[in-house]
Amino acid sequence: MNRLLDELRGPVPPRAHDARAIAALAANPGCARRAVLDAAGVDKDGTARHLGFPAPFGQSQFAITRGNAFEALVKENGCAELLRLLRELLGLPVAQVGYQDVENVGSHLRASHTRALIDRAVRDRDDSAVFYDHPLLGLEIAGHTSYLEPDVLAFQLGGRFHIVEIKSFAVIDGQAEPEKVAAAARQSAVYVLALRALLEDLGHAPERVSHDVVLVCPENFANRPVATLVDVRRQLAVLRRQLARMTRVDRLLEGLPPGLTFSLAPDAEGVPTRSAGELAEALSQVPARYAPDCLSTCDLCMFCRDEARSCGSTDLLGRQVRDRLGGVAGMSEALGLAEGTVEPAEDQEEIAGVLRLANRLREECLA
Amino acid sequence: MSALLALAQLRAVRDGVAQPVTTVRHCHVADRPMVFVPLKLAGEAAAPLGAMVGTDPEHPRLLVVPQPRNRDLRFAFAGELAEVLLPYVEGFGKTTETVERKSGEPYERCLDAPQIVVPNRPAVAFTGLLGRSTRFRRADGPYPVHPSVPLLGRWLTYFADRSAQPGSSLLLAATEALGAHWATGQSGLEDANLAALLGWIDPPAGMDGRRAAEEAEDPLLWPPAGPATDPGFDNEVLGPAIRAYEEAPTARAVERISEALRTQLEPTWRLVWRAVELLRALPEGSRVGDRWEADRGSFTRFTERIAEGGPPQARRDGAVSAAARLAGLERARAAYDVQRAYDDPLVMAEYRLSGEAFAGVVTAAEPERFEGEGRSRKLRPLVTVRTDDPVRLAPGTAVGSPDRKGHGAEVVEVAGGEVVLKVTKGMGRGRTPAPGAVPEPGERVCYTSLTDDFQTSAALPDPEETPWTHGGPPAEYVPDDDDAREEWA
Ligand code: SF4
Repeated sequence: MNRLLDELRGPVPPRAHDARAIAALAANPGCARRAVLDAAGVDKDGTARHLGFPAPFGQSQFAITRGNAFEALVKENGCAELLRLLRELLGLPVAQVGYQDVENVGSHLRASHTRALIDRAVRDRDDSAVFYDHPLLGLEIAGHTSYLEPDVLAFQLGGRFHIVEIKSFAVIDGQAEPEKVAAAARQSAVYVLALRALLEDLGHAPERVSHDVVLVCPENFANRPVATLVDVRRQLAVLRRQLARMTRVDRLLEGLPPGLTFSLAPDAEGVPTRSAGELAEALSQVPARYAPDCLSTCDLCMFCRDEARSCGSTDLLGRQVRDRLGGVAGMSEALGLAEGTVEPAEDQEEIAGVLRLANRLREECLA
Repeated sequence: MSALLALAQLRAVRDGVAQPVTTVRHCHVADRPMVFVPLKLAGEAAAPLGAMVGTDPEHPRLLVVPQPRNRDLRFAFAGELAEVLLPYVEGFGKTTETVERKSGEPYERCLDAPQIVVPNRPAVAFTGLLGRSTRFRRADGPYPVHPSVPLLGRWLTYFADRSAQPGSSLLLAATEALGAHWATGQSGLEDANLAALLGWIDPPAGMDGRRAAEEAEDPLLWPPAGPATDPGFDNEVLGPAIRAYEEAPTARAVERISEALRTQLEPTWRLVWRAVELLRALPEGSRVGDRWEADRGSFTRFTERIAEGGPPQARRDGAVSAAARLAGLERARAAYDVQRAYDDPLVMAEYRLSGEAFAGVVTAAEPERFEGEGRSRKLRPLVTVRTDDPVRLAPGTAVGSPDRKGHGAEVVEVAGGEVVLKVTKGMGRGRTPAPGAVPEPGERVCYTSLTDDFQTSAALPDPEETPWTHGGPPAEYVPDDDDAREEWA
């Protein structure tokens, strides 16, 4: 299967998934196109660009600067401020805390260094608390190990670990934007899973990693950080399900034509050798399941939306609308059923009745 | 989401233009609304970057914060915004009418109220945050600000809070107001883009809605309607302009930032006014006036609260007031839904589709029919209505009708496309029904089980009697020095 995936990707290195990308995997679990591309480690962003459908996911320098500044503040002086917050939050009698920056070793050693540090922490079981900054964690996705470089910390005390995620959106009078909290929870769940996998691999109990992650955000309008526990059990469950589904990607691969590839192999100038047309043709071989949510989660959204438009799919209007239309896939078909110009199939009698009534009511009220 | 709405969307796709989902307008549009288009600095909760504000579409006031991280400049911005907004708002407090009440003293109510229109829901949230970050400031003490700043904060908080009330029109988000009246050929997510939404509703000549919406997604042609800015603009235009200002805070540097922000604000400014005009052009629903009256009442009470020197709104609601507020919002939501249906046959059609309402023609009527004997003898006319609607009303269900005020009936029987009703209310005091009180054969009528009288919510204790399980009675919120000094970094 790996050979097949390599072929799909072409002679370019597989794209590492960051936690954001992994968290987004769970966003549209029904999409085969995305499952296959992710399993093969295809660069979706590059693909979208080459197709002429870049995703509108820019980031403002102001947001980046602010995020970095806040993170630096929280980590200042060996995470002194963070320690204070955790002491209050977890009710821990921590006097001293160690700080291990895994980034200090060369990048090729970081994964093994992280591994060794975590292993030692569990074995020694001493009472000192330790922050592990910039750990490098691996997570198996569809047979490939993806490396995650969290901007988060793992906090360890007495052999128990908490993932600490620093975000720069504000908590104002105890409330933050729910979508942002949800996104942070999804991301943290990825780290919890990766750290648990590591412990398990080392022969330790994975439950040593708490499902309560520590979210650190600025409070109100100042820069002062505040810490909150977020339970990510639900996110973990969704993630596990989705990852399990991706290991079954072989079934999705079975139906694909032989020799299919999404290769972005560049020429001497760095431009992909294949034409955008060929690439689009190749993509269309793997069925997508476009939904408006893709617009905020998947790099291929503009391409898939365009495709859904050209085939007049009811998906364009959103899942709710599609459900309301009784799952009828084509917009003109649904309209035809409503206006009585299309004969309903056997299983469409009911929805056709509703649509015809809706149509009559509209005509009557707007006459 | 109903099949009717889904159908309207399908039509919009086919015809290339948004389709009406109402026959009348359900929000109030003021004669002289104030449009407010704020921008905030990316990555910050409530750091204003600039705004366009005013009541004259031809003459917006442009407010700019040349260095959005600078606290003094932010308060200067708040002060300038107050200069525009407060006279507008306070102007409405001056003319009042006396309202007589059946029980209780007559009271004063403002004849009209202010209306603020912002581009979208995030702008409403930002308005609330701007209010939150300014209302506790003080004109005296260690970090004095201009006295207008905390007052502005209280008003902004008031408007943002009030906008959670279904049916209120004091603070409108243009995307939501438009979305309540038109269905487009795109998803709800895409409708949140004001330019794209208006592209569908009112495409430029020679262009269809989808094309116009597509064009609207290009941030170079149509900058985002805020408060978030386009990251490309931040990185390529605004960033360098702010750096230039930091190096040399000259009038020219400020001008450069102003001009940059103007390019981002002006298109949205025009769109919001376009939205106001489109909404204004719709015929007003008959119950819009009642809801605006409630808005005027609410506005009057808040004006009085400020005049009496009441404290700024608390940071958080206590348990009882939070519960009371939620119950109030639920009631308002239910009332708003019913009122819209009574005002608008196309909204009523939703309930006809679900079987909670039906329309048809009267085939028989027995106006002088009585039930009971002696003193309990009552006038109970029967009316038979023929309908093609899929009626799902059980015998005994009380129904009302948008055609007759105060009229009430009860379902007797539903069978074979005919509904037999017994009229129970609204026939006058005479021995026989008042003229016109009972529908006559041949008349088109509509009945529904939706009614406007709601169960009052489970009685909530007064705030002073909050049970200890809910934190006990809240201490009245008295803002302290820390509130006034709170960092706004
Ligand atoms: S954008 Fe396309 S590939 Fe991505 S999840 Fe949506 S449908 Fe699938």
